[in-house]
Amino acid sequence: MSGTFVGMPVFPPPTHPAFPPPTHPAFPAAARNAVRDTTLRGNLRHATHTIRAKRANAVAEVSDWAELREAGKRIKDHTLRHLDRHLEQLEESVTAAGGTVHWAVDADEANRIVTELVKATGESEVVKVKSMATQETGLNEALEAEGIAAYETDLAELIVQLGEDRPSHILVPAIHRNRGEIREIFAREMSEWGRPAPEGLTDAPAELAEAARLHLREKFLRAKVGVSGANFMVAETGTLVVVESEGNGRMCLTLPETLISVVGIEKTVPTWRDLEVFLQTLPRSSTAERMNPYTSMWTGTTDEDGPRNFHLVLLDNGRTDALSDEVGRQALRCIRCSACLNVCPVYERAGGHAYGSVYPGPIGAILSPQLRGTGSEIDASLPYASSLCGACYEVCPVAIDIPEVLVHLRERVAQGGEVTRNGNKVVLKPAKGHAAERAAMRAARWAFARPGALRTGQRLASRTRRLHPRTLPGPGRAWSGTRDLPPVPAEPFRDWWQRTQGGKGAAK
Amino acid sequence: MSSRERILGRVRRALADVPRDDTPYERAVARDYLREHGERTVEETVDLLAENLADYRALVHRTDAAGLAGVVAGLLAARGASSVLVPPGLDEDWLASAEVARVADRAESTPHELDRVDSVVTACAVAIAETGTVVLDGSPDQGRRRITLVPDHHICVVRVPDQVVSSVPQALERLDPARPLTWISGPSATSDIELDRVEGVHGPRTLEVVLVG
Repeated sequence: MSGTFVGMPVFPPPTHPAFPPPTHPAFPAAARNAVRDTTLRGNLRHATHTIRAKRANAVAEVSDWAELREAGKRIKDHTLRHLDRHLEQLEESVTAAGGTVHWAVDADEANRIVTELVKATGESEVVKVKSMATQETGLNEALEAEGIAAYETDLAELIVQLGEDRPSHILVPAIHRNRGEIREIFAREMSEWGRPAPEGLTDAPAELAEAARLHLREKFLRAKVGVSGANFMVAETGTLVVVESEGNGRMCLTLPETLISVVGIEKTVPTWRDLEVFLQTLPRSSTAERMNPYTSMWTGTTDEDGPRNFHLVLLDNGRTDALSDEVGRQALRCIRCSACLNVCPVYERAGGHAYGSVYPGPIGAILSPQLRGTGSEIDASLPYASSLCGACYEVCPVAIDIPEVLVHLRERVAQGGEVTRNGNKVVLKPAKGHAAERAAMRAARWAFARPGALRTGQRLASRTRRLHPRTLPGPGRAWSGTRDLPPVPAEPFRDWWQRTQGGKGAAK
Repeated sequence: MSSRERILGRVRRALADVPRDDTPYERAVARDYLREHGERTVEETVDLLAENLADYRALVHRTDAAGLAGVVAGLLAARGASSVLVPPGLDEDWLASAEVARVADRAESTPHELDRVDSVVTACAVAIAETGTVVLDGSPDQGRRRITLVPDHHICVVRVPDQVVSSVPQALERLDPARPLTWISGPSATSDIELDRVEGVHGPRTLEVVLVG
């Protein structure tokens, strides 16, 4: 058993000089504000509860869910364990099919590559289909700085972009908004960006969807450059797969002349056949559908059908660092279904913004600290943003043991140790804020190894129990601020056992 | 060092713990999941397809070869369509009774031109009963991907039972990854407002599937 303290740290952990921390407060501070927002809590509760029951039904429809889950886990694990080989094969297949492959070590390099590719087309705007990878790299901001407008076309991303907001969910980035708020944003902002919202727009979801259709249509029809991510890349064939609902993905993937896909290296699967597993588990697990409305698959370019130029940007940005952690690497199995967010009691109350990352919820709590390191306040606090209830593991369609990785990362934050950052091995120091816990653990180890000392200590504690304070002094104050100290019994257990011959003697 | 070399080098260093004789892929993945769910007759499989298509708000019609032209013409008329996109290899008989302007699927057409066409009629490559999905693969009777995307009304003809499979694994076996593939399960939809499904965003808002056999 490790001596890792699994509670929330009460001190800001130290910052690591090599990694400029994102300017985001630690999870407890961010969550505190979120849970006070009753509208937000109502919106999140409504949405997550809606999807939970539906997902359970969709999963129950397939009798071999456990086998599919196991197969998905093994496919991803095997891919990760031989990722170099699969990436080389993928590059070869995509190139043979007429695509161009680029490699990006980090976010800046990915953004630079995309910016140059867009500039080479002479265009100053791109249409985008929802992509976590480009959210992660901050591509929109990078393009904007170069005078290129990037239009998000996913309905939820549009709501976020128009509202100058941040995404709060992997699948439904505007989950924190209810229909009334969405109506407000559309009515107020659409005219700034293009076609205004229809007069007299109500908050009926169908009307809101219609407003988005009209607003984005002109952008799709004139688009010359599309930017996407991908859900899967098949190494054997060079096929990319985008799973979506609205058709904005199809618009971005087929109407422009140039398509640029930015995809994390871990999205690779070895064979065409592997899709038979994920195309069954992903839709059921994410939107609780037997199948999502549209799935696009393309292999390089096709004559006279779709984009003439296809660029694939393979993104590392911390993934190889996560890969070098034998426990943590399982986070790279993630297929971004977001079932773990929808089922998480902490996410339901704190909302996605508190996680300070494009990857919120349980998966974000293990992914962000691995991709970015635990150098910043927010990243060091994320492994603690969980009650370890295990519901996330239960629903995960690729069986990522999120609680296991959370505890592993807590141990790293509290005790330090060797990790890989930007491809280099570095030794992390234990977080300063955990000094009191470590001292307590050391004392406990000493006492448990010395029965005489333990006995004396326990008797002393029992005799003085009326004098004990109800809260801890000094560094323990914050810990006992939200917890009761356990009452000390009048007599230590071992004394009672001896005196009563294991309870056989006197009843007392 | 190029970024490619750098990333591949990092991957290899990260995987130093993986033994050289790691279980090969073929044996590492147990594929003991089902090839299809449940046992059905051919007829029942077609019925399930119709049921699941309808469950996701596709409009399903059934006819035989002799009735097809009449059904297609009726659907176009009911829609009030005045023009229809036609893939180059579409069976001419299917549109024999339709009194609408034919628009050919041409490489030169701009998206704006396609946007002015009311409907599109295509065949499909395969249909999946368990999920209520039709898959297009860009064959001559289906045309370019964009013609089934921009018009607001898509009529897709499925030859039953030949083109119908039960499950996703069976569909992938039939499909050629080298072709551009579009899997369609009901009309365009979104779950982005309060995680509840609403039909009709960017793709065709009306999907009609005609089962012929």
